[in-house]
Parts: sequence; C-alpha cells; structure tokens
Amino acid sequence: MLRLPKFEVAAPQTVDEALALLAEYGADAMLMAGGTDLVPNMKHGLFEPKLVVSVSAIDELQGVAIEDDGTLVIGAATTLQAVATNDEVRRRAPAFAQAAGLVAGPQLRRMGTVGGNVMLDTRCQWYNQTHFWRKSLGFCLKKDGSLCHVVEGGSKCVAAASNDTAPTLMSLGAKLVFARRNSEGQVVRKTLAVDDLYKSDGAFNKKVAGDELLIAVRIPAGAPQHRGAYGKLRDRGSIDFPLLGVAVRIDLDDAGAVADADLVAVALQARPIRLKKAAEALVGNTPGKPGWDEAVDAAAEAAYGQCHPMPNIPGDHDYRREMVPVYVRRTIRAAVAGEGPVHHV
Amino acid sequence: MASRDQHGIHPPFADADGKRRFGVIGKPLRKVDGIAKATGQAVYADDIQLPGMLHAKTLRSPHAHARIVRIDTSRAEALPGVHAVITGRSMPIPYGVIPWTPDENALAVDRVRFIGDEVAAVAAVDEDTANAALELIDVEYELLAVYLDPVEALENCTDAIHPNPKRPERGNLSKRVELDFGDVADGFERADVIVEDDYTFHGTTHTAIEPHCAVATYSPDKLLTLWSATQITHYVHRALARVLELPAHSIRVIQPCLGGAFGGKSDPFSLEFCVAKLAMITGRPVKMLWTREEVFYAHRGRHPMRLHYKTGATKDGKVTAVDAKILIDGGAYSSFGLVTTYYSGQLLTGPYDFPAYHYDSTRVFTNKPPCGPKRGHGSVQPRFAFEVQLDEVAEALAMDPIELRRANWQGEHTKTVNGQRITSNGFMQCLAEVERASRWKERRGKLPFGRGLGVAGSMYISGTNYPIYPNDMPQAGIQLKVDRSGLVMAFTGGNDIGQGSNTVVRTIVCEELGLEPDMVRVVAADTDLCPVDLGAYSSRVTFMVGNATIDAARKLRHQIAGAVAAEWEIDPGRIFMGSGQVFDLEDRAKCISSMEAFQIAEARCDTLGSTGAYNTPTLGGDYRGGTIGASPAYSFTAHAVEVQVDVETGRITVDNCWIAHDCGRALNPMLVAGQMEGSAYMGLAEAVLEHHDVNRFGLHAGPSLLDYRIPTSVDTPELHALIVESLDPEGPYGAKEAGEGPLHPSIPAISNAVFDAVGIRLRHLPFTPGKVLAALRERRAAETAVGSAKESV
Repeated sequence: MLRLPKFEVAAPQTVDEALALLAEYGADAMLMAGGTDLVPNMKHGLFEPKLVVSVSAIDELQGVAIEDDGTLVIGAATTLQAVATNDEVRRRAPAFAQAAGLVAGPQLRRMGTVGGNVMLDTRCQWYNQTHFWRKSLGFCLKKDGSLCHVVEGGSKCVAAASNDTAPTLMSLGAKLVFARRNSEGQVVRKTLAVDDLYKSDGAFNKKVAGDELLIAVRIPAGAPQHRGAYGKLRDRGSIDFPLLGVAVRIDLDDAGAVADADLVAVALQARPIRLKKAAEALVGNTPGKPGWDEAVDAAAEAAYGQCHPMPNIPGDHDYRREMVPVYVRRTIRAAVAGEGPVHHV
Repeated sequence: MASRDQHGIHPPFADADGKRRFGVIGKPLRKVDGIAKATGQAVYADDIQLPGMLHAKTLRSPHAHARIVRIDTSRAEALPGVHAVITGRSMPIPYGVIPWTPDENALAVDRVRFIGDEVAAVAAVDEDTANAALELIDVEYELLAVYLDPVEALENCTDAIHPNPKRPERGNLSKRVELDFGDVADGFERADVIVEDDYTFHGTTHTAIEPHCAVATYSPDKLLTLWSATQITHYVHRALARVLELPAHSIRVIQPCLGGAFGGKSDPFSLEFCVAKLAMITGRPVKMLWTREEVFYAHRGRHPMRLHYKTGATKDGKVTAVDAKILIDGGAYSSFGLVTTYYSGQLLTGPYDFPAYHYDSTRVFTNKPPCGPKRGHGSVQPRFAFEVQLDEVAEALAMDPIELRRANWQGEHTKTVNGQRITSNGFMQCLAEVERASRWKERRGKLPFGRGLGVAGSMYISGTNYPIYPNDMPQAGIQLKVDRSGLVMAFTGGNDIGQGSNTVVRTIVCEELGLEPDMVRVVAADTDLCPVDLGAYSSRVTFMVGNATIDAARKLRHQIAGAVAAEWEIDPGRIFMGSGQVFDLEDRAKCISSMEAFQIAEARCDTLGSTGAYNTPTLGGDYRGGTIGASPAYSFTAHAVEVQVDVETGRITVDNCWIAHDCGRALNPMLVAGQMEGSAYMGLAEAVLEHHDVNRFGLHAGPSLLDYRIPTSVDTPELHALIVESLDPEGPYGAKEAGEGPLHPSIPAISNAVFDAVGIRLRHLPFTPGKVLAALRERRAAETAVGSAKESV
C-alpha cells in the first residue's frame, strides 16, 4: 500500500494548546480531525506537514448545542454521522443534516467531521493522484507544477470545491468561529460568514490562514416555515464525492408563499456558487398553487444558465451541466415537501 | 482419453436397498477456509514475515513509449539500508504466459511501453528506504511515438511497440485470426431479415481486493522458494526457471490464501521474478507488495473491443449467418492475447445453432497497461454485441426475444459450426427458469414506460484441451495419502482462488471414501508437495481436478474395501463406506470406523496412498486454432434483468437479475450460487459503472478504488441464482463450470431491458447516464420527425 511520509503528531487537549502548536510550526503544521481526507492526501504527497495537530481530544470542539435564540452550535470536530442523525439538526437544518449524511460512506462519516468537511481541500482529476502519477504527468498548477490540465493555458487553479455541507451552510447563513494566536500570544476569536470563507481559487479556496482553528459552526435559527433539502449527484450510492451538489432553503410566509429562498451549488468550480436568479424566481410564488411549476422551471433554467462545470473532477462535465436543472427542480420539490435528500439510492 | 477420465454422473455406491445416494455431494457445506478467512486467521502472501526479510519496490516508467538510453543505479545503491538494485539487464531473458509470444521482461531491458512499465527494483531494509532509493535511480529516456488508439496504432505505425525486424510490415499487429465456417454468403442470401451494427466494449479490470504480493527466499543449498498471490502456480514455476536460468527442480512455488484473482493473477508478473532475483543476490528473504495503483498498471483486464456484427435470420427467427469483424485493443504486451483473439470468435457458437459463421479478429498493441484474461476471457465482449443484436433481430421480426432464442437452440450432443463438441446442454431450462422467475410473459413489453425486462444467453467452457504449452501429460493430477489416524490428505496443484476448489476436492474425497468433512484436509498449489495442475483459469478446476480426485479416491476405496472384505471374509461388494464408518451391507453389526478400516488396509497392503489424473479427450475442429476453445463440456446461462431508467437523469437502476445457469451438477449449491451471484455482480458493474480508462497522456485515468468505481452493496441489485443441472456425461458426477459463464449475459440483458423500458438501443459500453440521455434525445427527435411526416401526409 501507499506509505505515509514521516511526520510528528500532537494531540492537544485544549484550543490554547492547539493554537500554540500552530503558531510555533507555522506552515509546517496541519490540523487533523477525522483524517479521512488529510491522510490520503498525505499519502499522495499533496500535503507535507512536519507536524499533524490532531484536534479530536479537544472537548470544546465536540457536540451539538442549541442557544436560547435557537442558534445551532456545532463543534468543528463533531462527526458527520453525529449531525446527520441528530434530531434537532435534522429538524432545524434539514439540508445540512442531509448533506452530512451523504458525505462519503458510513465508515468515513463516523470518522470525518463537520469542520473537516467545511475546510476540505478542493479536488481535481489532475491533482488527487499519487506522486508517481503526477510526476509522470509533469504535475499541475495546484501542486508542484505550473500547467493547468483542465483549462489549457490557464493560470488560475479551477479545482472544484467538493464539500457537501458547504452549500447547505451557505444557504442557511451559517457563521464560523475561528481562533488564532495574535502576535502577542493572545488567543483571539473571530466570526466569519461561510459566504466569506470561500474564494474562487482552486489552489486554496479559503480566506483563512494556516494558524487559524475552526472552533464551531453556528447556524442561526431558521424562519418559522423553514424548508430545506440537499441534492447530490454521484456515480455510486456511497463513497463518492459529489459530481454536483445543490442546497435549497425556502422560507414560507403565513400564506404559504415563498418569502425568501436561497440556492447554492457545489462541485462545479473552486467555490460553492450561489444561484441568485434561481432563488429569485421562486420568491412570491406559492408551492402547489398556479404558477409554481413555472417558477420551479424558471429557477432550474436560471441555474443552468449560471452553471458551467469544467472537466476538473472525474466524469463528463457536459452531463454534470445537464443535471443542474434536474437537481435544482428535484431539490426544490423535496424541500417544499419536507423530504430529501435528492439522491439516487 | 483414458478410462480414468470418466466416472459417470451417479453417486458412487449403492446402499443396502440398492439405491445410490450422495453423502456430501450436493450439500451446501462450508468452504474449507471459510472460518479462517472470516476470523482473520488465513495467511495471505502479505501476512508472511520471515527473519531478516527485505522489502522491495519497483521503479516504473513515467513515459508511455520510450527507449531506455541509460540507467544509473549507483546513487540508489549507495543509500544506507539498500541491499540490492536490479534492472532489466539482471534478467534479460524474455517470457510470456503463451510460449509463442514471449515479449515481456521482468524489468524493461531497452524499452518501456506504457506508463507504469517496470524499469528497476530495489531491495532495502524497509519500504520507505526502498522508495527513497527509487528516487535516486537515474534513467535517461529517448521518447518514441505513442499509440493510444488501436486504429492509429495499426494504420500509422512509425515506432513499432514490439519491433519485428524480420517482419516489419506487422507494425503494431499483435494477432490476427480470420476463420470461415459454412456458406456465409448463402446464409445472408436466405435471410428474411439482416441486422448489422457497431458495438463497443470499453476496458475493465478485475479489482481483486488483495493486491499482488510475492515473497522469496534463497537457501544456502540453492533452493528458491516463492510465495506468490498467483492463480497459476505451475506457469510461474516454469517462467521462473526460464528467466532465472535455474533448474525447475530447485524452485518451489507456493500460493498462499488468495484474496481474489478473476484472471488478474494468471500471468507471471514482474514482482515474482524481482523478489526471486533479489533474494538470490542478497541471500535474504525479500517481499514485494504492490500498491493498488501498481495493480491497475499490471492490469491484464478485459480487452476493449470495437465490434461489427451482421446477423441474418429467416422470418421464423432462425439465424442463417453471422459475420463479425473485431478490433481488439491489446495494450502493451501479448499476455494471453493469442488466445483472446481466438476466443473472441471461437466461443460464440452456442447455445444457438447457426449454419454459417465468419469472423475476423485483430489484436493491436497500444501504449497502455496490458490487457489479458478477465472472467469470461475474450468472449464477454462478442457475447454482449451478439446478444444485443439477437434482440434487434427479434424486434425486426416482432418475436419475443426468449422465443427467438428457443428457436435457435443447438440441442444436446451435437457439434457447433466451428467443430466444437457439445455434450449436455441445459440452456432451454435456463430460459424457462428466467422466464418463470421474472414473470416475463405477464410483464415484458407491458411495464410502464421507464421499466423493462431484458434477456440474454451464453455459453462458456469448462476448461479447454489446449494446455498452453504442448505436452501429453495429464492436465490435472492429485495425490491422496491415508493416515492411520483416520485422516486423508489430498495434495492438488489446483489453485483455490476463493472459488472453492479445495472444498470441491475435499467433498469428492469424502463422497468416495465415505468420510466426514473434518476427516479430509487439502494441501494445494505447492509445487514441492502437489502434483502438477494447470491452475485456475478457463473454468477448468472443478471439471478437471474433480475428475482426477474421483480417479484417485476410487483407487483407494478399492484397496480399502478389498482389505476389509478380506479381513471379514466377505465379498468386497458388501462393503459400504459412509459417514466415517465401514460396514457390511448384509450384516450391519459388522461395523468399524473408517480409521479402523484404514489400519486394516495399511496392515494388509502397506502404506496407503493413490494418485489420480485427468486429461481431455481429443477435441476441436480440424483447422489451425481449432483446439482453442474446445472444451470437454460447456456451461450455459440465461439472465433476465429488470431495470428502471430515469429519463431525466439517464440513470439505469438494475433492480433484479435472475441468473439461470446450467452447471451440470451443483457439487456444492452454496458455492455455485456464490459464483453465479459474483459473476452477475461483476458483469453489471462493467455495464453501468466501471471503466478502465487511459487519458490523453497515456496515464490511467484514476488508478484507485475511489476513481475506479466498483459497485458498493447499495449499488448491487437483487441477484437470484437459479441453478440448472443437466448432468454432463463427462463431468465429475455430471458437474460443469460455474465461475465465469454466469457473467456473460448480464451486460447485454441490461441493454435489452433498457430497450424494453424506454425504446433505446445501447450498443456502446459503458452505459453512462449521459449516453442514455443522448439516445433518448435521438429517439424523441426521430419520433417528432415521424410525427410531423405523418401530419404532412
């Protein structure tokens, strides 16, 4: 089997200890929660940390809590399985729970964490390969090379955001709590909207530094008539990363009409993308009433117009584009019906 | 064929009432190694740890086609912890599993032919040191023209992948076979309907869960021992002797417990030679375990084929002629390619009778991982094309596809158009079984749009009389040793690769000697201890080793029963042996344990033991290649498959697969059903998910279990195994193969079911959702065109 390179492991018990290690080692340290993505990437020579800081033993990063105002607070090292099966999460943030329940397969969800999924590295068929393979290729823009094999002559990495939970968290207006040590050695915390975490650069699609530790995900209380669902396209019924992911949030008013909506797609380009026009097409319409089907179709059409998958991840990118309106329609309908996820098995 | 080779279909011996009953044959006994595997106690090649053992790694080519100008290993040799570095010059003698095409080297001598081709190997104190040493080997390459497309390779060859100075005109041609049987022109002349089309079979690979692994030791008295995850110990033994220039008697090859093979462990592989050579150089045991990526490069998987078929039929559905032209993408080496090329044509001539057949198959070298035998070697691809085409014939004639197949059944005890002898043939019962189980008559053509049923049939060999290297010795041999403890040991060269051949051997010995399963143990696939068997390929083991086992066991029984009868002063015909006891049929009070019987026999006859063997009768057509694909018995299969097609996403979901397989007799119905389910699973996977693809750079598109998508449990349909027993006159108790035949129909049956579901013909594998959507669009466009044409009338 592929060998892991040599590295050191630290297992701090507190956030302070973890941050001290990150500050000390700088770029030579990497954080690990479940390790389900970090370890294979290390075996492929994609990550080369000298120190792996395991955060599983930090109590503060564990568990689901609900604050008085209805905010869901999820510790970053809470497993995907734990949130996918948590009744409160399922009730308050169905799209997020559904997405967590569709990440990889059952064994990996019991290791993999919410924080790990939020912070997941982007993926590309020219990047997620062994060192031998990438060397034979002549490497690529994202790691060790200078050429992009997705876009000929491309100078910006277009590896795809492939985290199922990210679009759902964006649609829910979630916020992320990060901690770091400042130059005086003090621990400072900041809160960042998920929207503001990601950027359109496949090389590293996040606007945080390596010395920042994700502490928790905060999902604000939803509207009284909150509806949500997640749709995931993949080849197999398990294990695979998304070929396309669609998150839907719909808030209904007292009359049952769409007061507000948000749609976000993932696995297309370097960051999850908000399907603004698609969401706007729904607002003001009432599910089940005349005009609703046309509104859903308009949303699907708008999403299709906005999404242009590239041959970054494996699979036929024309097909992925063709599936955008299908998954948008199906995921909207599932959300309205209180169902989901939209998944082929 | 000797008398030892045929033993009849019946239980060996009659009870007191004169009736013959089986003791253990036909019962779902556990596998001999089932518990050991389930509890983790089974010893696989990588479990072997020897004192002082070194670990070896392989340097592979990063280029698809290049000449090696220079290799400098000095920096690697100087790395502390490195014990030896070898290159192609260390073992320059070429080999190939087919003796006529020795075009492989343990390590490339002067040329690399695909990305991943082996260039050098290092033995070091541990894997990390060996890997570090690989980085220090300097290789200078001169790049050559790269051929990734077989048509391009054939038509525009400037740098032949295997230069042939004597026959440069061959270019990248690996093998061509063209054969003609009957009057094809007349057949098409007589046809009322002719269907002609192109079909594509993509590449797929085996994905055995255990990667290849080998361990070697070389003793001071010059005995080389190799443990290897191989499915053909005997050919590895021969190849080692040839390449290492050692006398074969100084080499011992042992196959430990194996974690799946499916044809992917049939060739001798680079790592086997490398660990042997490195052990000889260093004097220390050496192990090499391939990564999953390396297994994808070693490949030997299913050949991609471009197939053109033309079939003629009369209006009552009788096929009058079949014409096939097949282009086979062989990858970088010959492997079994000579046989593949023949099989692509030879194995199509059943279960249907057709009077005229022509095929023209061409195998081409390309700069890709070498193709080879995968479950259903060479015949799964043509079977796919032909069974889809038969469905198109049925459609053209407005016939039920099952009825069309019935109308063309070849019958029992007959001969095919290409001269193959058919003995038992349970195909009609297979069709009846899937027709009944799928509720075909009520449902086919009547399900709502989006749901459909499809059928397909097939035939496969139970071993062949072509023994790879020409010789007159038995194809299967076995030895039995009887111990006074009551234990019988069976020694067989047969390779148990998970299919259960050791269990079959044990069961037959138990049946013949009247023993309980725990009284028999099997030692297999150890060339020092076991008589030669040609290994686990061509679905030959149950048929051939089974017959050899009956042969040996009956000799022993004769001896033991004779001794006990003499002791009791009765006629040997009165001796009954069953359930670990021996008694007088006419006086049941005279009863002893089999252990006591063994002791009586040993006292009277000296040390007890016997040998048994099997060889095929003379078979095959009287023409060059006529023995390739000639089998002493053929298995037959029919599948009915139920699918759902999501017309918005194009996704095909297989809900049910009914597998009816004529295995002659199910010696162990649990093992037979397991083979049937496993085969169907593998075929379905090839149809809708798997793709062994090479990208535009010649790199494997995704050499990992994440990117090469084998179905998980949630992707697997309900599999219904329906065993059909035709009782073959020459099989052991009537048994035939069950390990490969049941794969064939699953792929065309899906295509045919999709046609029933949504009216599109899928002729190009794999059946991706994108292709389904494209075909649906095409169909809608055609319908619209017809609709508007009608309106204008």
